[in-house]
Amino acid sequence: MTTPKPLLDIENLQVTFSTRRGPVEAVRGISLSLAEGETLGIVGESGSGKSVTGFAMTRLLDASGKISGGRISFRDRDITKMTSASLREMHGSAMAMIFQNPRGALNPIRAIGQQIADAILAHRKISASEARAESLELLRAVKIRDPEKRMNAYPHELSGGMCQRVMIAMAISSNPALLIADEPTTGLDVTTQKVVMDLLASIAAERGMATILITHDLGLAARYCRRVVVMEQGKLVEEADALTLFRSPQHPYTKRLVAASPTATSRVEDLVTDDEKLLVPVAPPPKPKHGTPPLLEVLDLVKRFDDGTVGVANFSMSIAPGESVGLVGESGSGKSTTSRMICRLLDQTEGTINFNGQSISHVPARDFHRAPQRREIQIVFQDPNDSLNPRFNAFDCIAHPLIRLLGMSNGSALRQRVAECAHRVGLPADLLERFPHQLSGGQKARIGIARAIACRPKLLVLDEPTAALDVSVQAVVLQLLERLRREDNLSFLFVSHDLNVVRMMCQRTIVLRNGAIVEQGESHQLFDNPQTDYTRELVDAVPHIEMIAAEKAAAGA
Amino acid sequence: MTTLGATAIRAARRFASSLPALFGVLIFTFLLMRVLPGDPAVFFASGPNSGKEEIETIRKQMGLDKPVPQQLFLYLYDVGRGNLGRSLMTGQNVTKDLRERLPASLELTFSALLIALVLAIPLGVLAALKPGSLVDHGVRLFCALGVCVPTFVSGLLLIYIFYYLFGVSPDPTGRVDIFTTLPPAHTGFLLIDFALAGDFDGWWAAFKQLILPACTMALFVIAPLARITRASMLASLGSDFVRTARSVGLSWWRIIVTYALRNAILPVITIAGIVFSTMLGANVLVEKVFSWPGVASYALDALLSSDYAPVQGFVLLMASVFVIVNLVVDVLYGIADPRISIG
Repeated sequence: MTTPKPLLDIENLQVTFSTRRGPVEAVRGISLSLAEGETLGIVGESGSGKSVTGFAMTRLLDASGKISGGRISFRDRDITKMTSASLREMHGSAMAMIFQNPRGALNPIRAIGQQIADAILAHRKISASEARAESLELLRAVKIRDPEKRMNAYPHELSGGMCQRVMIAMAISSNPALLIADEPTTGLDVTTQKVVMDLLASIAAERGMATILITHDLGLAARYCRRVVVMEQGKLVEEADALTLFRSPQHPYTKRLVAASPTATSRVEDLVTDDEKLLVPVAPPPKPKHGTPPLLEVLDLVKRFDDGTVGVANFSMSIAPGESVGLVGESGSGKSTTSRMICRLLDQTEGTINFNGQSISHVPARDFHRAPQRREIQIVFQDPNDSLNPRFNAFDCIAHPLIRLLGMSNGSALRQRVAECAHRVGLPADLLERFPHQLSGGQKARIGIARAIACRPKLLVLDEPTAALDVSVQAVVLQLLERLRREDNLSFLFVSHDLNVVRMMCQRTIVLRNGAIVEQGESHQLFDNPQTDYTRELVDAVPHIEMIAAEKAAAGA
Repeated sequence: MTTLGATAIRAARRFASSLPALFGVLIFTFLLMRVLPGDPAVFFASGPNSGKEEIETIRKQMGLDKPVPQQLFLYLYDVGRGNLGRSLMTGQNVTKDLRERLPASLELTFSALLIALVLAIPLGVLAALKPGSLVDHGVRLFCALGVCVPTFVSGLLLIYIFYYLFGVSPDPTGRVDIFTTLPPAHTGFLLIDFALAGDFDGWWAAFKQLILPACTMALFVIAPLARITRASMLASLGSDFVRTARSVGLSWWRIIVTYALRNAILPVITIAGIVFSTMLGANVLVEKVFSWPGVASYALDALLSSDYAPVQGFVLLMASVFVIVNLVVDVLYGIADPRISIG
């Protein structure tokens, strides 16, 4: 048997973007090849050039991006030298792409059935009604319920997961030989993520399509790809079989990446392999004794919205001083609504919230900034970009609560306090003069945390604090949060969709669904031995290495 | 069907909420006219030498001797019954005057808007397809010229070229030359009425009269329309769904027109609505230059002679047109963008 020719062969690919500050090399000479029907994962953090590589392969780069060197041959044709007419011919029929942000990737004012039909008609001369019938078949193939009804739906009427299925239907409509999925499930719930990825994998296997999965999530790549390559700063640093890469990474970058990706068994202490271990000097605080009054007590919290829908129903919980409680659930589960009511950014419809033995629920959200408890309950927001005032520099951001809530005035005391906060979150003092747009995501996250701890609060409400960050940055931020908690005996309400992070960071976890508590308990117990089907479904949706190994062994046998 | 229903409900709500504004406009104009200098009684008295008594008599006839609140009350009562008062200039009911003259203005404005859209959208699209290119700069220059040159200058320039130099246009006086017999008035729009009557010579005559003033007005509004088309087209071309369309190999035409342009047209609809309302009231210069018997020149004449009723009637008419145009824009938006109807 001769080795079959590779479907795709990339040699020394280089991509350069022209920016205002001159050319930027996004991809700096990578080579890889892919056989027919193979599955390959490209893993890397933001800025690694993984998506740019994907767009270069399909020649869908932005106008400012140019392939500045190398060769991409697809079935022995050099893609880098193709005319736009033959590229158009090839798009969809030979290689297709699936994008991040599925809702944005679909035309908002065209019915989805029509969009799929457009994709079909681009490559075949059939009548409109035949194309329509075929798009209906495709909607069935991607397992959309009520496909006849959905044909006339617009993207905004569908959930993110549904939109991604439609996108898959469009991509496979002309049976391409290669499917490139660029972060196809980022931003989707874990359970949806699993369903979409399973669907994608089964369709690719059924039709013998080669797949390239571009993702920042090592676990996802390991689960769905046979082979994984790791990219860092535009270069390939390691290429290996998925399981091997996970179990015995060779390159230092891969090692760091694997260590930083939280798994079911990882501890906060182990996330960072660097020397700068943040946790070593601080031991976890002793568990609060029985009978300690809770710091926060929530009783029968209800939120009904104006249109009558119930956002949160009969939610009760308590947090002891120094305790960290996780709140998990999928989008629409009411976890953000709950956390915003607890930190008094949103009025509840019914129920009481007691903080330190005093009721705070009678204070309307709009007046709470004047309540003395405001400085004791602080928030770290999800998006480190949008939660900082773009016209405040780092110093102003951290000083703002000190001025507004503690009444400190500009002076050496304020400067000292801000410098201390910056030091505690590991923000170099010379960065305090910079504005948000001059700082990296991790640095902005640190500012957000410094701002939250500036008034020395007792309770931090963390709303997906690391969702927008790369895993290696996430690792550092999580360690930082954990250290602050131990040092100050802070309590956390940790809102997240990432079960592995919650398991690591929280002693207790509450699972929310449709605004009601499904299950709650000690984190390890809850995750290792879920009592309800829903929690089990959530836990199973998170890829972890033993399960992947078992699955792959089963598939290989 | 629910989409249509929702759009209708939204339009009705929008209309109801604009009624107080209309009422406010009514009172404001009334008061403004009383505050402005000039006494209609003096103006309309038989001559400059007419005695005090004569003026007082006219005053009394016009009801101007009554206190202002009472005048306002009487005026509102009349407007409520559909009576906008009598013009002293023409001696006719203002309602009748406006009804005769509004079609002329509307026909001119519609034609101008149509010409502007037909030119502006392709220009904007072309500019967006190659930003920074020669075409882009050319469009920008053309738009800048259109805005910079006042309408009476460009109007006179067009007359000079097409009427005086080349002689291809008829003399720029009115909607149709005096020798043409007018068609039976169904709509008041001459082009439509001529077409309905089957009189194509008449249609052609009216068209030739219309084209120069319409172009003059169009030149002025091409700029905002082309700029907004370019901007929203750029946004639309850079969007994720256009990239998707490219990734499945749709044809160039389909990507540009069905995917990019149809999304980009939404803000253009809004701007076109605003442009239309503005043109209808503000085209007085064009109407004057081309002796066009429209409502704007009528209102200007009335204002100059302190003739209260026509000015008040005109402002009320403009305010109502603005409301109606906004409603139409709303409905069009609802049809063009399926996302709106849920809100």
